[in-house]
Amino acid sequence: MSSEDFGFLLALLLNGASIGLMYALIALGFVLVYKATDAINFAQGEFVMMAGLVAAAVLGPDGTWLIVAILVTLAVMIGFGFGLERVVLRPLLGRPVVAVIMATIGLAAVLRGLTPIVFGSATRGVPLPIGDDPINIGPASLPPIQVLGAAVAVLFFLAFSWFFKKSRMGVAMRAVADNQQVAQAMGINVERYFAIAWAMTGVVSALGGIIWGNMLGVDIQLALVGLKVFPVVILGGLDSIGGALLGGVIVGIVESLAAGYLDPYVGGGTKDFAPYVLMILVLMVRPYGIFGRRQIERV
Amino acid sequence: MGVSARHASSCRDDNQLTVESVSKKFGGVTAVQDVSIEVPRGDILSIIGPNGAGKTSLLNMLSGFYKPDSGRVVLEGQDITHKKPSEIASLGVARTFQNIALFRGLTVLDNLMLGRHVRMKAGILSSVIYWGFAQKEDIAHREAVEEIIEFLKLQDLRKLPTATLAYGLRKRVELGRALALEPKVLLLDEPMGGMNQDEKEDMARYILDVNQERGVTVVLIEHDMGVVMDISDKVVVLDRGKCIASGTPAHVQGDARVIEAYLGMAKSGGQT
Repeated sequence: MSSEDFGFLLALLLNGASIGLMYALIALGFVLVYKATDAINFAQGEFVMMAGLVAAAVLGPDGTWLIVAILVTLAVMIGFGFGLERVVLRPLLGRPVVAVIMATIGLAAVLRGLTPIVFGSATRGVPLPIGDDPINIGPASLPPIQVLGAAVAVLFFLAFSWFFKKSRMGVAMRAVADNQQVAQAMGINVERYFAIAWAMTGVVSALGGIIWGNMLGVDIQLALVGLKVFPVVILGGLDSIGGALLGGVIVGIVESLAAGYLDPYVGGGTKDFAPYVLMILVLMVRPYGIFGRRQIERV
Repeated sequence: MGVSARHASSCRDDNQLTVESVSKKFGGVTAVQDVSIEVPRGDILSIIGPNGAGKTSLLNMLSGFYKPDSGRVVLEGQDITHKKPSEIASLGVARTFQNIALFRGLTVLDNLMLGRHVRMKAGILSSVIYWGFAQKEDIAHREAVEEIIEFLKLQDLRKLPTATLAYGLRKRVELGRALALEPKVLLLDEPMGGMNQDEKEDMARYILDVNQERGVTVVLIEHDMGVVMDISDKVVVLDRGKCIASGTPAHVQGDARVIEAYLGMAKSGGQT
């Protein structure tokens, strides 16, 4: 392999990894909810879209009120997480998992339908003061938003790792995830921890919406990034924070390699389905993901 | 006082926990039918009976997991029949489960610390705003947990994930987690189930110590008659959801209906 080829590969890897970390950021929201409440949130992409829309609306075309926009987006998404748990999900407690899945699918449709009515259907920007000059890392030159997005994802990963290992609340949340009944016998208010998990997903989605909104522009299409969550969490394991990070990086890199090496031969488009091919392969070999909890069901 | 008059006993006022004619049906099956139990403060009360007699259902009603169709559960004069399990726990009722129910991914220490949950005063918000308060509190909780670790001789296991422990030890950790709550009333669902004789004796010793040294009232479901007759102050016998006898171990052992329930079962070969 010539050094030029190697440089190309390295650039693809770095580009893929940074995009992948941005996928991981969104996947973290999904994992948080699954870990604590066993609910599969099919509306994760719509959460991100909604956050992006709120951020864009507050920021305006010039991006003057950056801090305010971030705070408002966070507040709206945290409130949305709490409200959703209280109004939609709590009544479904103890129902089959499918009921919750259907509720989130319905919610996704409602959010996609309502947002153009509230925010209009034009594509808006989320301008951030990070400049346009690409940042050179080795042979790769990455858009600044990808570097920022990757950094935010890593930051969240570190924060959540600490939270679940060391903090009292995080340990209690793991207890809730492990066995709701026993957690209740310990005096743990399970519903409250469910609400907290949804609010945390709101926080992750807020940041995800701002970052992905800056990268792609905000309209109803932004919700589609949510689809990338599935290969990421299937690879990493539905309930693993570290797995989400690694799964994200793998998905990002697979996409990037497919785009770099396969697209020239077939005329493009392989990057859109390559992660799913990988996902299906992983499902066949390790159905619980690379880091997922291996469930032993006893009858 | 209509209900209590029917179950008048000499030490009525000193009952810590009272079950007043509770019934529970699941579909067409009656799991518990019109059962009344008085648990005197500081006693060890055992509930015995064949499989399917409704023992665990009864315990689940005491800890709030099942809501009785009729009847009341009263803890120290307070009606707890319709309280949530987490609320009942915070009133000082701890329990263990028939199948060991430790948090598998967590260490022994984390499991025991979770037992302290209801004693933790620092709320979510305050621990975010003033980290130091939560830290200070954590040290006090850790001391309480260390004391239990010492009591149950779990010193070497602190940092081990519970999934790696031997069966008897897991049962002991589960007892420790219930004790960490500093309960007034301890509900134990077959604490010696599946144990060998040595382990059973250890567990019986721990239960007696908990009862005598810590003054904890104990309600116990157990199959091992030897243990039950040894350590209980009072025994309640359930058969097919009904209370068929209650009293001192000696009294219950001589009761014709109890003998019949157990012999009848021995004939049908349903119980070991």
